[in-house]
Amino acid sequence: MIPIDADHIGRVYRVGDHVDTDAILPGRYLALRDPEELGRHCFEALDPQFCTRVKAGDILVAGRNFGCGSSREHAPIALLAAGIRAVIAASAARIFYRNAINLGLPVLISPNASAQMKAGEPATIRLGAGLIRQGDASWRADPLDGEVAAILAAGGLVERTRRRLANHDTRGTAHG
Amino acid sequence: MAKTIAEKILARHAFEGDVSSGRIVTIAPDVLLLNDVSGPIAFDRFKAMEARRVASPERVVLVADHFAPASDIASASANRMLREFASTYGIAHHYEPGRGGIEHALLAELGMVDHGAVVFGADSHTCTAGALNALGMGFGSADLAAALATGSLWLRTPETIRIDLTGSPAGFVTGKDVALSVTRELKEDGGLGAVLEFGGPGLAHLGMDERFAIANMAVEAGADACAFEGDEVSAAYLATRRRDTGPPMLPDDGAHYRSRLSIDLSALSPLIARPPSPASVVPVESVAGERVDQVYIGNCANGSLTDLRQAASILKGRRVAPGVRLIVVPATQQIMRTAMAEGLLEILAAAGAVIGPSTCGACFGGHFGILAAGETAVATTNRNFRGRMGHPDSHVFLASAWTAAAAAVAGKIVSPATLSRDADA
Ligand code: SF4
Repeated sequence: MIPIDADHIGRVYRVGDHVDTDAILPGRYLALRDPEELGRHCFEALDPQFCTRVKAGDILVAGRNFGCGSSREHAPIALLAAGIRAVIAASAARIFYRNAINLGLPVLISPNASAQMKAGEPATIRLGAGLIRQGDASWRADPLDGEVAAILAAGGLVERTRRRLANHDTRGTAHG
Repeated sequence: MAKTIAEKILARHAFEGDVSSGRIVTIAPDVLLLNDVSGPIAFDRFKAMEARRVASPERVVLVADHFAPASDIASASANRMLREFASTYGIAHHYEPGRGGIEHALLAELGMVDHGAVVFGADSHTCTAGALNALGMGFGSADLAAALATGSLWLRTPETIRIDLTGSPAGFVTGKDVALSVTRELKEDGGLGAVLEFGGPGLAHLGMDERFAIANMAVEAGADACAFEGDEVSAAYLATRRRDTGPPMLPDDGAHYRSRLSIDLSALSPLIARPPSPASVVPVESVAGERVDQVYIGNCANGSLTDLRQAASILKGRRVAPGVRLIVVPATQQIMRTAMAEGLLEILAAAGAVIGPSTCGACFGGHFGILAAGETAVATTNRNFRGRMGHPDSHVFLASAWTAAAAAVAGKIVSPATLSRDADA
């Protein structure tokens, strides 16, 4: 996962509005679970060269409603396996957003950054501050919900839940 | 403070006192739903969380539907993972082909979702439960793993968009057309951060199957969930499936809505969504003549008995056009059996339809009816994204079972009304 209080630098790869999770990872691969295998099929119809073009650490910049459609966690798994380490979008579908955060793939919401960031050039993200920079331009992303920040700080939902369970901090077990 | 249906339902399930839109709350749902695609990943995560037990196994429903019967070795082992998880953690509600069906249709049929219930499902179309005056919300596998382990999940209380239905639908206008009129109005993301609340006098003209079809596509407008007002229709549906039924939840006068929309059912004509977006909706007439290779009547939204009856009413005494494949998938085993008893399957098969098992199948491009490059389908499903049913260069139009069946007969898109006029002439 990218650091929270230090800069992460990655090259920008751009996609458009309403990119659905079928486009990120087609349904016929949903029986697969191996991240590497899923990563190879990431965006394969949109850009067959995607997984060779993307380098570990790259930043995906998307338009509106990124990750709409299916709830498949395979989508952020595939993005991570392909090398994407952060997503910046004008807006994101709720389920995709949660899935990405849960896996430690931060999604920053900033319509201005989404509109103005340039493809192929490096950008810097300071996650904790919500700061995005590219060249001389900078943007501030929407602040993260407390729970989202806590999940990212733990490195993902698995680790956060593991710690809660270990500490018997499961106030959700009222029915259990 | 006056509350919407969603705020009321969430308040009943929240650990926090204040449940109004924008607040972060912790919700303990009544039902957790997982399938053979989302389940295995959730089970991996559940293990990695070092969870030792499922908080409430009696609330968990596991359904093998996406690749079931299994299409290959990978999906066979995914189906086995569901089976093993069910037996390890004492989950009685585990359904495989022959006893189950497509999860959202099956869940309703099981009677596990009462008025005012909350369903968390590792599938985006969990919103279908909204037709039952309940809240169904979709999540990914990690969230459901956490919910299995702890019995709850955090969420940001959504806003509500009120949709008032008025009038009664004209001939060949059904729930699917109402669903498509909603995506036409809200577009792909107009519902982001909101629950779609349906009510109004028009509701009385929509049966449960039609309401499920409408609720199912709430997520296609980006909505968090959907909540229909409860009424005699939903109460009667529940009465045949549950021992006792909670009172319908209605919004308070003066509840706050982000926006309001009014849909006059009597003004709707049969609609169709053009590829590649469920929100690219036009009247069927305006794409009439478009040639089709395959017609697919099935899926969690529109593989209902109502859909099969509509399809049969068109196909009775007719034949599927040469060169067209008609695939019919009753959404559940129960629907399949009722359709058999009513003679619907005989009518459809006689017309040249292949009747498939109750599986997600080709709806998500899995198996049982994948499209080749350049092919065009009319489907009663809910998504027509690029490559959704197969090759990235195939095309899917979304429409009602009436419109789909008419396309199967004509070999091209036609208004179902035109087709029946031709027959009468
Ligand atoms: S029928 Fe289609 S939309 Fe419904 S749950 Fe299955 S894959 Fe998803």
